[in-house]
Amino acid sequence: MSLIRSATGRLRAFFTGQRLDEELDAELAAHIDLAVEDYIERGMTPDQARRRAILAFGGIQQAREQQREARGLMSFDILLQDLKYTLRTLGRDPGFTTVAVLILALAIGANIAVFSVVNTLMLRPLPFPNAQQLLWIAPPPTKCGLSCATYSTDAYDEFRVGSRSYQDVTGYFAFSSPDNLSLKLGSAPVTATSIDVIANFFQLLGVQPAMGRVFRTEDARNGASPVILLSNAWWKRQFNADPNIVGKAFDINGHQTTVIGVLPASFDFGAVFAPGTKVDAITPLNLYGPPRDWGNIITMIGRLKPGVTFTQAVEDVARVAPSMCGNNKVPQSCGTYKGQVVPAPLKNYISGKLRRSLIVLWSAVGAILLIACVNLSNLLLARSAARSKEFAMRGALGASRGRIVRQLLTESLVLSGAGAGFGLLLALTLVQWLAHQGAIALPLLSTLHINGEVLAWTVLIAFLSALLFGFVPGFRMASGNLHETLKDTSAGSGQSRKHERTRSILVVTEVALACMLLVGAGLLLRSFVNVLNVDLGFQPERAAAVKVEYDDSVPGDKMGDLTAQKRGAIFQQILSSVSAIPGIEAAGFTDYLPLSQNRAWDLAFPKGVKIPNNIDSPLVYVVTPGYQHAMGTQLRGRDFAWSDGPHSQLVVMISQSYARFLASQTHWPHNDALGQIITSDPKSDPKNDLHVIGVVNDVHEENADGDAGWQIYYPATQAGPAGAELVVRTTLPPATLATSVLHTLRDVNPQQPLAQFRPIQSLVDHANSPRRFFMLLVASFAGLGLLLAALGIYGVISYTVTRQTQEIGIRMALGASASIVERQVLVSTLRLALIGVFLGAFASLATAKLIASLLFATSPWDGATYLAMAAALLAVAALSGYIPARRASRISPMVALRAN
Amino acid sequence: MVNPRKLDLLQGTLDLMVLQTLTAMGSLHGYGIARRIEQVSGDEVLLNQGTIYASLVRLEQRGWIKSEWGTSGNNRKAKFYSITKAGRRQLAADARHWERLTGVMDRVFGRSKEADETLGESENPA
Repeated sequence: MSLIRSATGRLRAFFTGQRLDEELDAELAAHIDLAVEDYIERGMTPDQARRRAILAFGGIQQAREQQREARGLMSFDILLQDLKYTLRTLGRDPGFTTVAVLILALAIGANIAVFSVVNTLMLRPLPFPNAQQLLWIAPPPTKCGLSCATYSTDAYDEFRVGSRSYQDVTGYFAFSSPDNLSLKLGSAPVTATSIDVIANFFQLLGVQPAMGRVFRTEDARNGASPVILLSNAWWKRQFNADPNIVGKAFDINGHQTTVIGVLPASFDFGAVFAPGTKVDAITPLNLYGPPRDWGNIITMIGRLKPGVTFTQAVEDVARVAPSMCGNNKVPQSCGTYKGQVVPAPLKNYISGKLRRSLIVLWSAVGAILLIACVNLSNLLLARSAARSKEFAMRGALGASRGRIVRQLLTESLVLSGAGAGFGLLLALTLVQWLAHQGAIALPLLSTLHINGEVLAWTVLIAFLSALLFGFVPGFRMASGNLHETLKDTSAGSGQSRKHERTRSILVVTEVALACMLLVGAGLLLRSFVNVLNVDLGFQPERAAAVKVEYDDSVPGDKMGDLTAQKRGAIFQQILSSVSAIPGIEAAGFTDYLPLSQNRAWDLAFPKGVKIPNNIDSPLVYVVTPGYQHAMGTQLRGRDFAWSDGPHSQLVVMISQSYARFLASQTHWPHNDALGQIITSDPKSDPKNDLHVIGVVNDVHEENADGDAGWQIYYPATQAGPAGAELVVRTTLPPATLATSVLHTLRDVNPQQPLAQFRPIQSLVDHANSPRRFFMLLVASFAGLGLLLAALGIYGVISYTVTRQTQEIGIRMALGASASIVERQVLVSTLRLALIGVFLGAFASLATAKLIASLLFATSPWDGATYLAMAAALLAVAALSGYIPARRASRISPMVALRAN
Repeated sequence: MVNPRKLDLLQGTLDLMVLQTLTAMGSLHGYGIARRIEQVSGDEVLLNQGTIYASLVRLEQRGWIKSEWGTSGNNRKAKFYSITKAGRRQLAADARHWERLTGVMDRVFGRSKEADETLGESENPA
């Protein structure tokens, strides 16, 4: 009870300190007076009495302090005192304070931003309830792209019904191309991108609609009226956030489709499943309609039952997979999924590949913080060296070592607190900017924001960095010998020499860290350049693609011949009109562009040769004559011709590595596939013979830095394309011809919607965007580190020169010329830098393995990079040392000798 | 001149002395309390009179004494302290505690002297 009373009393005393002090003073004065009275009564003179009274009292100041200590919160008092003192001293030195806070703001801000990114992409669970139950079920990755990563509707059905580990299994149609939705609102149709999902998609993920409802099983049945869910962004953009949108019907892709709901802003399909793409609307997939015969089209996502472990799910799969069929009507397609069903946690699938890059990024930004702390340490050391006499005096007056160190730490904390505050602002802007970079194909990037965890991290690193950079100066300061410091009048002896050693060590550390950063950035840059130089198999510059709508339907056409003929005629007409536009060098159609969606059909093989197991099918492209020329792909043999029609022999073009593989499986003259026959018909019916009339270069269709897979091309007049992308090659920059091409398309087909004219280069850039993003970040960190290291070197050398002014003056008076002095300063600078570079290079070599997996066609021990970076660092060091060197050489011996 | 053979006072014991003084003398100002302690201890205690003020503020915060400004005999303004009921209870408890403590210490020191003698006798067999 009394403890609580005393606690509240202490708190009250803390706040009413001044009044209590005045009272105490009055009390003490009264005490002395009473004592004096007493002594006078005993017969002393007033003077003697006063002296006796004060003696008997003891120390007045001590009594005051003891009372204060007893009544209030002492440590708090001291803290406040330190704080006020710190603010005063920092305010008196605005130059130093600004530089220090700026350095810290940059370093801490970068750290906060990167932690935000790492947190969102790697550490936090996915934005779904109980996200740890979600699994991505797919085959192991292969060369044949998406077609081998999906399942047929029948296979999905069987998996869903037969598995015992899941609450439910859902999926989506993996082969939607962008701009596949045509909305007729006024005169010109509007294009948008939509994805088909299985009806239970949103229930499984746990996504609640912002308005209306999500899909039900009835919406995906045969004959159900078409419905659509709008993404939040599209609802705002296209429909002006109409609050009554639910229930309205629109003409979408030619059918009256009802809007049944709007998805919440927190759900972004692209952010999670298709990074870098914008999905505007979602439609239900009818599993029992036409998609049933489309082959492998569905990606599967499952939610585990509570309590079921991952290993149990894996075992379950082994049980179910053999009974999954490609098509229930085709008995041979059953059992083909054995070993092709591999569950993985959804989070791993989405951001697993990024783990390495993110760790490297995090290390890079941590190195920046270290460099900044070392820099600040040096600055503080220099500053406190100037105050060493003050500290010695305070020590002599009774301040304990701990007290002095505490005061120095307070200074560090104030600096790092201010730095963290500004750094947070910096990070906020950076994070906002990053979240809106939709073009970077990184998952979850659009969900980036500053939250509680990030703020906690900010406080943590502010605190840690204060400890880090405050420790060395504090320790140095407090461990000094009092006597020597007080006596130390000259500038070049004792204490200062020890300090100089510490400063040099700090600078060397800085340079070493900067060297590591530079080497890392250099390697990544080299990698990136290598990726850019990869022969993609086609020429992306001066080529562009635009989506074309066409109607090739012929009612009553059972064999597909008439449709194919009509299609051929339409394409031929469009191509001849477009090719007539001045500036168009070549034009052709394809249904899938490289570096975007892809699909595969059955493997085509030489006749009569047994197909080995586990061979991936080549990717299939249905093209017209002129396409290869438009893409700039080299071709041996001949291109398709319009005469290759539905009634002539079936022709194909195949890619080089595919041709080489086929030749290795059989005996062809000259091992050349050109002119030979392959077939995908297991019965080898001559009607289905495919004549190889052309062999083309391999095309990178998944990414620029992977292996090019196999491709096979069918003519659009003999096979059914999944859509039509018009590819044009232009002599002028493609953007200039966009309007004329679109006009021509409109002339031929007034129903042609306003489609986007996409340069092929943008596809390449999009595929490279994650690599470019990381490289740019690490490069900017390296640049920052270099700047900080340069500042650090400049600061230290400059300070040394200042302190050695007298010594230099003496040397010059004794005959050293200005240039010799200058050279000596530069040499000492370079010596420091050289040691730092050496250490840094050594450390880089040791840790090179870490970064190896991120590099492309670059060895982590690439000598050229190391040498270049070392040279750059030494050059910068020389530059930083140059200014103080000039200053040293300009010292007038007379002035220097007279100064203290 | 400070007599080096005076006893150093521990913090808690000074508080106790203050409480006892106030119980015996009633209401007193700081100087008076200090003088009284000096007298009662027969000048054997090393006391910087100023240290009493820390003690007084401690006791007041715990509610064992209370204070108010008044005038002394010679019409001098001074702060007078007096003990509270809680303070009396605390004093009684502390006094009992002291008695126990000193009793135990006495026995420890006294017994060990006896023990030494008996031990000495038993270790030296006749």
